[in-house]
Amino acid sequence: MFAYIIRRILYSLPILIGVNLMTFSLFFIVNSPDDMARMHLGQKRVTEGAIEKWKQARGYDKPLIYNEAESGVGKVTNTIFYDKSVRLFAFDFGYADDGRPIGEDILQRMWPSLAIAIPIFLVGILVNICFALLLVFFRSTYIDVWGVVFSVVLMSISTLFYIIGGQYLLGKLMQLVPISGYDTGFSAFKFLVLPVIIGVIGGIGSSTRWYRTIFLEEIGKDYVRTARAKGLSEIRVLFRHILKNAMIPILTGIVVIIPLLFMGSLLLESFFGVPGLGSYTIDAIQSQDFAIVRSMVFLGSVLYIAGLLLTDISYTMVDPRVRLG
Amino acid sequence: MARGLANNWIMMPLASLGTIFILLYVVPIVFALQSLYLWTDIFIFILMAMVFFLVSYIRSKEHLLRPWKAVFRRKMAMASAVLLSAFILVGMLDSIHFRLPLSGQAAGPVQYSVEVSSLLDVITRDIHVNVEKTYSAPFATHLFSKESIDLPGGGSRRVYPRLKYGGAHLADPETEKQDDILFKLFSSFWQGVVIWGVLVALFMLVYSFRKGRKFSDIALPILKGQTSLPLRTAGLTVLVIVLMIMFVINAGTAYHVFGTDKVGQDVLYQSLKSIRTGLVIGTLTTMVMLPFALMMGVAAGYYQGWVDDVIQYIYTTLSSIPSVLLIAAAILSIQVYISNHQELFGTSIERADLRLLALCFILGITSWTSLCRLLRGEAFKLRELEYIQAAKSFGVRHVKIISRHIVPNIMHIVLIVVVLDFSGLVLAEAVLSYVGVGVDPSTDSWGNMINGARLEMAREPMVWWSLMAAFSFMFILVLAANLFSDAVRDAFDPHQSSA
Repeated sequence: MFAYIIRRILYSLPILIGVNLMTFSLFFIVNSPDDMARMHLGQKRVTEGAIEKWKQARGYDKPLIYNEAESGVGKVTNTIFYDKSVRLFAFDFGYADDGRPIGEDILQRMWPSLAIAIPIFLVGILVNICFALLLVFFRSTYIDVWGVVFSVVLMSISTLFYIIGGQYLLGKLMQLVPISGYDTGFSAFKFLVLPVIIGVIGGIGSSTRWYRTIFLEEIGKDYVRTARAKGLSEIRVLFRHILKNAMIPILTGIVVIIPLLFMGSLLLESFFGVPGLGSYTIDAIQSQDFAIVRSMVFLGSVLYIAGLLLTDISYTMVDPRVRLG
Repeated sequence: MARGLANNWIMMPLASLGTIFILLYVVPIVFALQSLYLWTDIFIFILMAMVFFLVSYIRSKEHLLRPWKAVFRRKMAMASAVLLSAFILVGMLDSIHFRLPLSGQAAGPVQYSVEVSSLLDVITRDIHVNVEKTYSAPFATHLFSKESIDLPGGGSRRVYPRLKYGGAHLADPETEKQDDILFKLFSSFWQGVVIWGVLVALFMLVYSFRKGRKFSDIALPILKGQTSLPLRTAGLTVLVIVLMIMFVINAGTAYHVFGTDKVGQDVLYQSLKSIRTGLVIGTLTTMVMLPFALMMGVAAGYYQGWVDDVIQYIYTTLSSIPSVLLIAAAILSIQVYISNHQELFGTSIERADLRLLALCFILGITSWTSLCRLLRGEAFKLRELEYIQAAKSFGVRHVKIISRHIVPNIMHIVLIVVVLDFSGLVLAEAVLSYVGVGVDPSTDSWGNMINGARLEMAREPMVWWSLMAAFSFMFILVLAANLFSDAVRDAFDPHQSSA
């Protein structure tokens, strides 16, 4: 098991290098630092001096990959590639455009993100599985048919509508919760209720349908028939037998996103003014802060790869037939 | 004879292409317009041509036609298909671009307007030329915000001024408006029913003529809903669409049916223009990614070995980057490129169009990986089957095995994924526009409409109509696409059947 994990981590290195090279070429080769500077400083009346100063302030004034002027190791290390890309591997994210250290910001903003993402994740799974089991219990009746139509309708509604509608209905008309904002500690609760509800509702449509197909696939199997033949009640069959066996396909789908919960939700956080990583990313995109976007791309892919690893490990836990080696 | 001609699968696409040709080349010459082909227009017409050829090819092969018949036998799918066709028609009309000649000019070389119009702009001219000052509610006769008006006797008063166009034909809006709208509703209902009746009768006549059967033999089963394809459902959906069009024609010119936005633009017109953007993103994206996904997926699954390793590496790397961030990074780069190379683009619409195309490419890059993975798995399974082993032992070349035996047997997966992806892409456009990495802010799109109206949420009373219009249009399109794709999936993939 341990050896397997080590090997998987080593396998993921080339992928991270690939991600790194791709972001590097997107940010520095497709557009040179000069282009970036010109865009930031405005198109007209930009002096060469201003561009140089802008580049110097951000450390973009070095050669891209190979530094002729240096000697020894410096030929490779005193370059943009080393400074901005290679250092990401040590989780050294550098500084944002406003001079704040990105690494510290990420550590600080991680918690509000988790405070929204984890409840949505857990409550969402619970609600969706219950809903799907309900549909499966009433399969091939009108409840099931209309339940599926209802989930298709829910799926067809834009997330933006849920957010804007929820803010208007609960926040503005009924005044139950504040429209947006955030607080530390337990007083954050009242700010988190609405985003969590909306996050859960927004996911019901597609997830329920997905769980439902998984359950229906299980329900046709022989062990279910055996369980029924033993005289078990339908409820017992559903919860004790089907749910347990359906965990395997369900786990593949959901474990992979657990690490990505750190990244937070882009839309919910920025609509509700939660100072998490999602709104951090959106702000960076909107103010065109390339350093932050680059860091988040790297962080995102690290977390995704961690998710893949977790998925494989969780397989062995729920399914004793699977052995890693 | 007539049947033989209809079965010739090459004839129908040629006729359709001829129509497109006339629209694109002959009409501009006759009406003295300067045609303009945007990149996305070209792609759309290539796509249309491909669809025409595919449709007639499928019609000529019984075994290909069978699952499609199963799709259209469902009432829900039929209604959705009719609705989708209406959307596609609007999108097509909006994809024929040209410059109108300036009016009232001296003899000599014709001067053309700087503004690029589409056929849809010409058709809906009465709706969108009526630009008000700022916000106004649906069917409003007065502006949404107060303005100072000088009184005749000196001094001024804050009032809601009358709209320049909305309900301008009414002398006293307070008393007349309701009756006027009801009258318009009533008359458009009757006009719609009559037009629809003529259309249906024409359809039945042509149908009975082509089948060589009596009119009543054709008409009665349709009216009773006894045909194998739910033609009655299709007809009723068409009726709903015709009624809406008639109401818009009647009321849309006299009022702003969905109100106006911040700069007084008609919201209904914006929503109609946004249809093209949504469709382009939903279809071109898949069209761009399809060749890659197909080639790579099949190659990885069929050849295995190092080819498989390389391709798996590529798609794992791409899919490990969160897609919003990859899109953001790429769009930021393109933005830098566009803003540093202004001289390459003649008009702002061409610039916006390039950005739309770029967005399709990037979305394609982020979304081809899942299809590629599916195809790889399927090709992997297929290559072990006996008939492929047999072909191999006969010495059939790899390329031929792939094109004759593997690809036809994975096409159903491709079709299902393409249809399923469509609705997700339409929804994604709105989210991306909100994040600021979507289409150009000057392009009409539902995302941009939502984004613009969002800032007015805090106003009291709220400006809700832009949001409502964008969400409703998006909802109808996505719902129709979802229902249709469900039917397609059930018909083509018996394993995944949702029933």
